[in-house]
Amino acid sequence: MSSGVAVDLENITIRFGDFTAVKDANVNINGGDFFSFLGPSGCGKTTILRAVSGFLDPSEGRVLIGGKDMAGIGPNKRPTALIFQNLALFPLMKVWENIAFSMEVAGASAGERRKRADELLDMIALGGQGDKLPSELSGGQKQRVAIARALCANPDVLLLDEPLSALDLKLRQHMRTELREIQKRVGITFIYITHDQGEALTMSDNVAVMKAGVIEQIDTGHHIYDDPSTPFVASFVGENNVFRGKVKSINGANAVISTNRSGDLLSRITPAQVGKMQVGDDAMMFIRPEALELAPTDAASETTITANVMNEEFEGNSFSVFLEGDGGKMIKMSVPNLGQDHISARGENLSLRYDASNAVAMPAGELASE
Amino acid sequence: MKKPMIFSQFFKNNGAVMGSALIGLVAFWLIFLIILPQLSMLDYSFRYNLPPAEVGGPKDVYTLSNYEHLIYGSDSSHQTYNTVDLKVFMRTILAAMLVTIFNIFLCYPLAYFLGQSKGSGFVRLLVVLLIIPYWINEILRAFALRIIFGDSGLLNEALMFLHLTSAPIDFIRQDIALYAGLGYAYILLMLFPMYNVIESLDRNQIEAARDMGASWLHIHRRIVIPYAKPGIVSGATMVFMLSAGALAAPQILGGPSSLWFTQLVYQWFNDSLNWQQGAAYAIVLLVSTIVIVLTVMRVFKVNMGDIGK
Repeated sequence: MSSGVAVDLENITIRFGDFTAVKDANVNINGGDFFSFLGPSGCGKTTILRAVSGFLDPSEGRVLIGGKDMAGIGPNKRPTALIFQNLALFPLMKVWENIAFSMEVAGASAGERRKRADELLDMIALGGQGDKLPSELSGGQKQRVAIARALCANPDVLLLDEPLSALDLKLRQHMRTELREIQKRVGITFIYITHDQGEALTMSDNVAVMKAGVIEQIDTGHHIYDDPSTPFVASFVGENNVFRGKVKSINGANAVISTNRSGDLLSRITPAQVGKMQVGDDAMMFIRPEALELAPTDAASETTITANVMNEEFEGNSFSVFLEGDGGKMIKMSVPNLGQDHISARGENLSLRYDASNAVAMPAGELASE
Repeated sequence: MKKPMIFSQFFKNNGAVMGSALIGLVAFWLIFLIILPQLSMLDYSFRYNLPPAEVGGPKDVYTLSNYEHLIYGSDSSHQTYNTVDLKVFMRTILAAMLVTIFNIFLCYPLAYFLGQSKGSGFVRLLVVLLIIPYWINEILRAFALRIIFGDSGLLNEALMFLHLTSAPIDFIRQDIALYAGLGYAYILLMLFPMYNVIESLDRNQIEAARDMGASWLHIHRRIVIPYAKPGIVSGATMVFMLSAGALAAPQILGGPSSLWFTQLVYQWFNDSLNWQQGAAYAIVLLVSTIVIVLTVMRVFKVNMGDIGK
């Protein structure tokens, strides 16, 4: 098995007529990485994947695979294999013929193809199912056949276009683990496209978050979640309470934000913006629902917010409490389910506190519209 | 077990009155417009051509003589076999096959192009342009082709203008006009079933094959053609049946020496007023084409159900 080939996108811009689908993207993907592009639909992530696979040429910039410029090299000649969102298994071919299709194209004998297909079927735990038609398999099995078919050509880079989106929740979670394991086993570079942050965060070594054709942040899943560098990333990945305001004072990596409706609040400045924010700037501050906790009612400080309970929802592993702060500011708090019957009563006035290290501040910007 | 359930569901959905009316109409269509006329033709084909007074009399018995006539000819002829009619029969079947094959090769690329560039306004315009000529009567279309292929027709004029030929080519006598006319007459019946199937082919399958290194030839051989097979066979069946049974195009575009088998049938009915003989010829044509179609379907492993899709 190959040890992993790096993929580099240099200043990629892709236009369709007047519409710019991808704008000046620079991405360096290490060999053997599981790399995800995460973003809402229409953000240009699939366009990037098609540029890497060779189905379209970037209007500007270069795609390098293993350091080699791919300009002018068609999809059938690139060392990439693409797994389609709908899998695109060939319905009239048997499972083993599907898997060995790349060898059939290369002119391998039926015996060789069958042997390799059976090996791959064993690897994906579908041994002995080679003579079925794809329509006779379950969703998860089809998924694995599509992966085996892509791996059969021994590609240097596997490209996956939201391949789990058609599966139900349980199977999706199971396939995440399985995909990650397969990637570790074969050791090749995986580029994964998804709008599902859970998939991106659980599987990836690195994640690029995209918005409207622009790459907002490239980082590990942890940093994407904890240290978002733009308001879009903060609001798109996971849930977040956003507080708008102006910077009142800065002390090193911390700032006090004078929020529009919730008073002065202390926050950490997100690492990418440390030293770049000025007192008086428009700012946004984010606190995750799980970072809020109940505090004694009269504990007013720069890390407490008071609000009235509007509604409470039981989520199974947690309770979601929806509150209304001063000026109608909506706040969500998440409390782990440790056996309580409920957290609060409707109309109750609560004080919420948080640790300043769990809040991030950054210059104001556009939020994810969800 | 299954059929009564389908019917009870049918009546539940449509109500007793409407359900009976619908079934009655379909039954009327089947029995009075299809089955009974064919049965009466079959009956005719086994009877002697008698003067009206003797119909129903002692001489009106079943016979194979009409079928024997096609094979052995009349008693007065000197030949052992009816070579003239048999030749016309064979030529009709072979020519209909050739027209069908020609149409397959012509329509496949077109259907692929139309089917895979789905949705664009340009393609819709193309499809409309293909259909418009078929608003015109079949006979008028045949005459139009006759004018185009005539001695001083558009085609000969163009060829002579370009100095590709010095004297007009007799397209009619050489049957080129006939084959062109037959090929054109039913080409849409080949194009649309193919187009419908190819349009439903997931484009990702083509891209997936391409991504795995397949050449265009390989993609068509392994992905597109197997998928389009029911459409191809469905179109081929219709074109073959209708070409073999065509009358207008051979009447108008056929050369003086070439006869189409349907013209023989027509002559028996209309000129010789021997309906019994004509019916036998028609039955032979019908049964032969059905046998050929079923054989081809078996060879290419296509089910009757696939064609209906």
